[in-house]
Amino acid sequence: MIGLEFQLNIIRQDNNTRPVKKNMGANVNESAIVIENLVKKFEDVTAVDGVSLQVARGELFGLLGPNGAGKTTTINILCGLTKPTSGSASVGGYDMQKEPEKGKELIGVCVQETAVYPYLTGAENVELFGNLYTMGKNALKTRCDMLLERMGLIEDAKRKAEKYSGGMKRRLSVILALIHDPQIAFLDEPTVALDPQSRRAVWDFIKELKEGGKTIVLTTHYMEEAEELCDRVGIIDHGRLIALGSPKDLILKNGVKNLEEVFIKLTGRKIREEI
Amino acid sequence: MKLQRVVALTKKEMKKTVREPAVLFMIFLFPIVFVFAFGASFGGVGGGQPIYNVGVVNMDQANPSNSSQMFLAALSNTKILSLQVYASNQTAQNDLSQGKIQAVMIIPDRFSQSFASYQATPNDPTKWVNATILLYLDKGSIVATQAIPPIIQQTLTAFIGQKQQVIPNPIHIETASLVEVKQTSTLDFITPGMFTFASIFLIMMVAQSFAQDRENGMMKRIRITPTTPTEFMTSQVLSYMVIALIQAALVFVMVYLLGFRPNVGIPVYAFAFILVLIFSLSNVGFGLITATVTKSSGAATGVSFLFVLPQLFLGTFVGASLSSDAQLAGKFVPSYYVTDALTSLFLRGAAIISPTVLLDLAVVSVSCAAILTIGIVLYAKYFKI
Repeated sequence: MIGLEFQLNIIRQDNNTRPVKKNMGANVNESAIVIENLVKKFEDVTAVDGVSLQVARGELFGLLGPNGAGKTTTINILCGLTKPTSGSASVGGYDMQKEPEKGKELIGVCVQETAVYPYLTGAENVELFGNLYTMGKNALKTRCDMLLERMGLIEDAKRKAEKYSGGMKRRLSVILALIHDPQIAFLDEPTVALDPQSRRAVWDFIKELKEGGKTIVLTTHYMEEAEELCDRVGIIDHGRLIALGSPKDLILKNGVKNLEEVFIKLTGRKIREEI
Repeated sequence: MKLQRVVALTKKEMKKTVREPAVLFMIFLFPIVFVFAFGASFGGVGGGQPIYNVGVVNMDQANPSNSSQMFLAALSNTKILSLQVYASNQTAQNDLSQGKIQAVMIIPDRFSQSFASYQATPNDPTKWVNATILLYLDKGSIVATQAIPPIIQQTLTAFIGQKQQVIPNPIHIETASLVEVKQTSTLDFITPGMFTFASIFLIMMVAQSFAQDRENGMMKRIRITPTTPTEFMTSQVLSYMVIALIQAALVFVMVYLLGFRPNVGIPVYAFAFILVLIFSLSNVGFGLITATVTKSSGAATGVSFLFVLPQLFLGTFVGASLSSDAQLAGKFVPSYYVTDALTSLFLRGAAIISPTVLLDLAVVSVSCAAILTIGIVLYAKYFKI
């Protein structure tokens, strides 16, 4: 516990000292994320079909569903990567269609692909992304070391990322998303293909982020992960939001034992059948 | 535009070039190795018969018998030489230095007299009036120096009426360029093209890099950051310009060590490096076009050769030995103009402000800017930057 408190203190202290401008949008009391009637069509396929939801500041929200359900498309729209066919998505008060640059300053995204530059060392990867967020040299060094230490990569920081195992690359990918200490973090399947130990380490880190006041949107098809971490979850299937609430409420409401069974009850199939 | 982002991305790209063995080989080692092998073994290629432009300054025109005109007609009848008559040697030399003609032939004023003396007493060399045709050759063309003298010599021998060239002849050909102190070597001929050649392989590297970053999700990852498309593209262009500069420097060091010593000053070298830098823009553009039309880095490698090969064969030292049709086609690739300008500067001794060099610079600048723009627009249209 002492170690955990120490880490949290570092994160909070860094929040106060880093120079990156991260003011939220116009009204600090409004939700961190607001999605209204979001629709995204790819030719004749509707990937997102009229999704509406809000995520409060400091909330850890889980977006659940099988592969192809529309989770990543929704995240891509929230990150300003994809334009919706209709509807709107705002992050930190900024409409991601109209002011994507401002919104991008606030967010950190751990993409689904284990995307790191293989020819750079772990530390160089982190420093590169810190520079892309125009972090100050000292703040970047401090936070880089802290995150590498926290994710168990400090010993391998000077090794090229191509030498990393899959789990190490995944953890490095999480660091790249959070190097600039974003107010809102999108973690797209952050624990996929991780061994149980690494997965637990990532879970602990996500919990620390939440305790640090960050808003987190977690997409996953691991229902136990959502139950363990999330304040609220939204279950998405065939592009539609079919359930929304806290894991406990959804389980109680549907009279089942866990979220997996909630999904089976609502859709008639297992969440990982389509993987 | 935030300089911090541009510098960070540029450094990243440079590290990639240095650290990835395949990239390092393709960009720096392959051109050098290839040029060595190629320069040593390359012979003439091409189906069509090339035509050489030869400037003629006829000092013999005042002579009433005017055998020189008949000799010139005989040269034209070979269909290999295209003769252009000049009023003065200076004007002809000017065009020679700019590559407009491959040789200048000075017909001496005693040509007809010499010819007549031979016709009168073909078997008594003591009664011949000797004359010398002075021939200046384009030192920037290995083909010109090898092909033009024998053609003129054979035509002259036939014109005089001798059956064999070994028999004493009242009219001699003296090749001015080849009697200079330093003879132009094969290395000298191919060096201007080597500068261009090295840079061409950037096309493949740019295409691979963009396709690879798209495949592994890095492009998406960059787009998630506040990095603007302008910052990203600036960093890419800067990176490859730096790489092109290093390539040119390496090629220069290599050819210098091998004995390349053009009689030019530092401004000409600086100008040559600027030309190569401008040329690298077109290679980034072609690379982006390749990355746009391909879905994987493997496909990008293959498709990039559609741009690499024409530039290589039509626009570098290779092009000088190709058919006339191929040489005409070369005028549609930017590398041709870079090689031509460098040849004019290094081998022909043309000044930086000479019309040919300035025209080459203008064509290279405009075409490279256009190709880069097309590349960026196409890539941005189909794959967001």
